[in-house]
Amino acid sequence: MRREKLRRLSPLSEPGSPEHLRVRQLRARDLLRGDLDDDELTEHVEQSVMTTTLDKVLRWGASNSMFPMTFGLACCAIEMMAMVTSRYDIARFGAEAFRASPRQADFIILSGRVSIKMAPVVRRVYDQMLEPRWAISMGACSSSGGMFANYAVVQGADKFMPVDIHIPGCPPRPEALLYGFTKLQRAIMGNPDQGWRRRYNAIGTEEWARDDVIAGQPSEASEAAYGRARQVVARTVESTGPEGAGGGEGPRGAGFG
Amino acid sequence: MPTGGGGDTPADLPAETAATVVGSSPIERTEAGAAAGAEQELMTVNMGPHHPATHGVLRLLVSLQGEVVIDLKPIIGYLHTGIEKSCEDQSYWKVIPFVERMDYLSYFSNMQAYCGAVETLLELELPPRAQYLRVIHLELNRIHSHLVWLGTSALDLGAISMFWYCFRERDKILDLFEMSSGQRMHTRYFQVGGVFEDIPAGFERKVREFCADMVVRLEQYRALLDRNEIFLRRTKGVGIVSRERLLELGVTGPLLRAAGEPWDLRRAQPDLCYADLDFKIPVGTVGDGYDRYRVRLQEMRESVRIIEQCLDGLPEGPFVADDRKVVLPPRDELSISMEALIHHFKLVTEGFRVPPGEAYYPVESPRGELGAFVLADGSAKPARVHIRDPSFVHMQALREMCVGGYIADLISNLAMLDPILGGVDR
Amino acid sequence: MPDSPGLELIAGELRDAHPDSVLATYHEHDQACLIVDPEQVLDVLRWLRDTPGQRYDFLSSLHGVDYLPAAPRFGVVYELLNRDRVERLRVRAALPDPAANGDGADALPAIDSCVELFPTAEFHEREVYDFFGIVFRGHPDLRRILLPEVYVGWPHRRDFPIGGEPVIFTHDERIVPGWTE
Repeated sequence: MRREKLRRLSPLSEPGSPEHLRVRQLRARDLLRGDLDDDELTEHVEQSVMTTTLDKVLRWGASNSMFPMTFGLACCAIEMMAMVTSRYDIARFGAEAFRASPRQADFIILSGRVSIKMAPVVRRVYDQMLEPRWAISMGACSSSGGMFANYAVVQGADKFMPVDIHIPGCPPRPEALLYGFTKLQRAIMGNPDQGWRRRYNAIGTEEWARDDVIAGQPSEASEAAYGRARQVVARTVESTGPEGAGGGEGPRGAGFG
Repeated sequence: MPTGGGGDTPADLPAETAATVVGSSPIERTEAGAAAGAEQELMTVNMGPHHPATHGVLRLLVSLQGEVVIDLKPIIGYLHTGIEKSCEDQSYWKVIPFVERMDYLSYFSNMQAYCGAVETLLELELPPRAQYLRVIHLELNRIHSHLVWLGTSALDLGAISMFWYCFRERDKILDLFEMSSGQRMHTRYFQVGGVFEDIPAGFERKVREFCADMVVRLEQYRALLDRNEIFLRRTKGVGIVSRERLLELGVTGPLLRAAGEPWDLRRAQPDLCYADLDFKIPVGTVGDGYDRYRVRLQEMRESVRIIEQCLDGLPEGPFVADDRKVVLPPRDELSISMEALIHHFKLVTEGFRVPPGEAYYPVESPRGELGAFVLADGSAKPARVHIRDPSFVHMQALREMCVGGYIADLISNLAMLDPILGGVDR
Repeated sequence: MPDSPGLELIAGELRDAHPDSVLATYHEHDQACLIVDPEQVLDVLRWLRDTPGQRYDFLSSLHGVDYLPAAPRFGVVYELLNRDRVERLRVRAALPDPAANGDGADALPAIDSCVELFPTAEFHEREVYDFFGIVFRGHPDLRRILLPEVYVGWPHRRDFPIGGEPVIFTHDERIVPGWTE
């Protein structure tokens, strides 16, 4: 069972018969002896080495060793601290090393309401962070102003800085923050599918499917993507998958997974 | 440089220190420049608003002479949320979630202060069970607040393991809050006239388990910190301000009690059922950081005792006052009683009206006297809600604690002051 | 809390010591309040603090109130406390609005600062100045405290708009074209 899965995943085009396997074994022996050269060597390398782009490896590495910034604003900061503790343990996802300096941090969690007096400070701290950098807006206040629709609070931190993930809640539970963080990881890794839409038969409910509205009308691309996604749901053809439903056509940063 | 306060400016100690600094400096100075050189040694350091040890978004302008703090100015307001203004736009029962978010570690105290003020204006009597339930939650909240303080303060002073232990217990308390109200933080469990809902089955047993556990844990915390040489050196004899000066500065709560003044509103001006309960008020002797730590640790122990007494004496009966003009009718009455439906509709759409008047209602929050001033103009919305937050007042005492000491002690003082910036800026 | 006759006794003695200082008294919900002349508020506070038998020497809170439709528009409220008898007394200085008296729209009400009597009042008075634009004469460092120093307006006055933005829901997407901009 396991071997079969591995074989399916392997880059070799042919899973291979016993004879084919025998040929590969012999060729590997020749390689070790140094008898292989030129075309044969090239062919062997192409068949047996899994190639990937450096970009992908970098993104995989980056997403699994994120340094958050120690930046607490209000109530959510306490829940952010709780995320580090033993019960929630963000170290499982490789983001337990909180950095006090923005220069060393990879992402910032806006944990709380951003007042008009604090907004320039937040923006400056964000500007001091090195690229690539990400921002999570935690809780209702920093996402939209929340319940504080008044003179003192900026109505959503994305008014003055880019935000990648919004986490609802007042304050969000640490689990919610963890979920948001794993979403961010997916986003960094190039937006791979998390798989739950397929499990829950929810393909077509992506936010990007109805995004980039211009003057009340969805754009052609998103309309087409939305229609395709709906078709997928209607047909419930499993083989189509999220890629067939227009994955990658949505704008970057909107709706992951 | 020194501003405000009217306190004695610490001229003696820093001048001497500056002299030694200048004398030992490799840079030769002329006779005329030496006097001016002492002045030039001053260095202003900006600390915050983004600084991991300021417990939030506090900004401090610190004037240093070498390592000695000459002057310190807190600059606050980076978390100003305009909650008091927002409250004027909400009906009375919708204000409760707003005031909770002021001092975000002692949300039950905020609720109690505000609800108490409104109940004073309405002259509403609480049923005994509601009072006991409130006290149970207030004291759990006190333990919770002190645990977060202990964890983060010990973290500031270099004892990181305390952080993990304290947050472990804190999560247990939040589980209890979640059990009774459905939320971890900002529960909105209190409402005008009582509490939102009765405690669920099994809550009492869980609280008792927690209390039994907490007593052991407190001993462990003490064992971890009381023999810790670094912790002792950084807290003992640091940040002493005399009792008289603290009172002039309006400081209350554990800070004042650590200086030897047994002033606790739970005892001095008891509300709810505090008069029926037997608890001690821990006081310190000299009022340094170590005393503050011991007072708070002992307060947690006393809170556990209060909770156990409340559970023992928890009376049966309604958990909310029986006043249909203020309190939502029970759910089962809605289907059989027209009046209940009308009351429900009126309360949910408009809210209840409060007769004109003003009231100030102080409670003893984990940080000191937390008072709510509510001005009612007869409508369904308050005309003014003001919270006197202890952190806001205590921030003035920080200067007196730190001036003349080393900058490293500033971190220790700030940790032992326990300011909550949500309460400072509101 | 001084009871109702006790409050009248205090008011009577205050009137003897400082004529015309007490404008009115009221006692409701077990809370006593003296409404005083803003020009004499320092005398009143000093008398309440220092007179033997009164000794209201702890200032719990100081805050501003805007009673907009009422005639003396502003109030600066001092919550005093005697810790020995555990008695609280509220002193309210009734401040008229100079802008309404024809002193120009930018005229600010002014009152004496009580920082010398109660050092704790420093932050409180700055907060009241910040929110209501009430100037405290003799305050050592009267600047805005919570809002940015460049802020214009006195946000906690009743005629100041609350601000913020109306909430737009996703179902308005088709009804209100272009709301996302």
